[in-house]
Amino acid sequence: MSLENSTLVKLNNAGFKQNDKWLVEGVSLTVEKGKIVTLIGPNGSGKSTTAKIALGIYKNIEGSVEKYTNKVGYVPQKISIDWTLPLRVHDFMLLTENIKDEVIDEALNLTGVIHLKNKNLGNLSGGEFQRVLIARAISKKPELLVLDEPVQGVDYTGEIALYELIKRISDTLNCGILLISHDLHTVMTATDHVVCLNGHVCCSGTPMDVAKNNEYKTLFGEQASQILSVYEHKHDHVHSDKGEIKKN
Amino acid sequence: MFDDFFIRALIAGLGIALVTGPLGCFVVWRRLSYFGDTLSHSALLGVTIAYSFEINIALTVFLISSVVALILIQLQKKTNLPGDALLGLLAHSSLAVGLVVIGFLTFIRFDIMGLLFGDILAVTTDDLLIIWTGGALILLVLKLIWKPLFASTVNYELAEAEGLNPDRAKAIFTILMAAVIAISIKMVGLLLITGMLIIPAAMARNLSDSPQKMVLFSIIGGLLSVLLGLFSSLEFNTSSGPSIIMAALVLFILSLLNIKQSIKLKN
Repeated sequence: MSLENSTLVKLNNAGFKQNDKWLVEGVSLTVEKGKIVTLIGPNGSGKSTTAKIALGIYKNIEGSVEKYTNKVGYVPQKISIDWTLPLRVHDFMLLTENIKDEVIDEALNLTGVIHLKNKNLGNLSGGEFQRVLIARAISKKPELLVLDEPVQGVDYTGEIALYELIKRISDTLNCGILLISHDLHTVMTATDHVVCLNGHVCCSGTPMDVAKNNEYKTLFGEQASQILSVYEHKHDHVHSDKGEIKKN
Repeated sequence: MFDDFFIRALIAGLGIALVTGPLGCFVVWRRLSYFGDTLSHSALLGVTIAYSFEINIALTVFLISSVVALILIQLQKKTNLPGDALLGLLAHSSLAVGLVVIGFLTFIRFDIMGLLFGDILAVTTDDLLIIWTGGALILLVLKLIWKPLFASTVNYELAEAEGLNPDRAKAIFTILMAAVIAISIKMVGLLLITGMLIIPAAMARNLSDSPQKMVLFSIIGGLLSVLLGLFSSLEFNTSSGPSIIMAALVLFILSLLNIKQSIKLKN
């Protein structure tokens, strides 16, 4: 497959302005099949906005978005559902697409919430709801998966398991993932490309490239830089050809 | 069979209940009660225009209500006024315009009470045709837009992100609202149509744990309300609209017992 055909979504110098204030500007990035692109950055740096631009939720944007797929799964950061609606987990799984019952069960099993299938959505805990959201997004077998803080409120062991699941899904479905996360440690073990935002793209590249970037260091501090380097170090043992770069 | 006014009223009412059931659920879910009120108040203007030019009432009401809905959408975009203020503005000004126009139409005898509260004597065989074909069309369109409309009712951004085009579904739903008001105005009356949309749906909410169940119970509740309401309207010589709505209210009160029971069970 040529490089051109594997592109799922491409942002060209994209930005979004609300009430005369730029939420984010000048973002260029590409999500390809089977690749995980992670957005990092402090609060209010425009991560969720960038995801919504990529998804086409924001319409009047600067720059442009090229989207090459309609099979999209989305886990939003904030979701305000009106709980006066009678809605069970099962109904929620069928929200945007009719999916076979086996597939629903499989997805709920993978995220460990199959026992909640007939529960009312309003009665779930934050972590349980998050697992349902992830199950819903993956059960669609999407080509593009956009995950905005997907494991918020999930317990620590669950968090690691879910990130492993996300990585596995990216491999088995060969889908592209746009991931937003605060958890640098866990995220970097899976990411192919990191974009560090602070109202604009402050730096981007492999986790290694970003870790060495000075702007990144000032934004996140020395410690965050070390987290990335630690990961790269582990990685280096496997791919010794990169060990040279580490020593620089 | 259609010669008997009561049979006609019954068939008309049941047809209306089949349509207001599912639509009413969306009115409750999307919090559109006052939107329904605004459209039905503007219907008075439609009725007066229909009388002045001797055109079909349902058609004129449908057109006027659609225009008011479009004006509302434009005002929402162009002004900073809150939604409920805009709804009130349109509801009362269109009602006022309608009443003033009626004042000028001295050459026509109006049954204002019938217009406001419904009149079972007024239902003609033509009306039955409009209600049942119009109703079938409304239900068909609602079924077609169900997925995007329901998904965006639950969460707009999910629906938009996953390619369901919720804005189009919302626009079509607005037109369906105007249509359901147009076909039910003669029977229920323009002051009480929103009640026909909301009360059976509210009753159904008390009995349901899934959207499909709520739609089903809302239809059943509407049908029962029409039956009970029309028979008591005949018995006690009351207006059809208030009688139907009162029957719906009784069913709603009964449905509250179900809530009490389930709360007791939980405790």
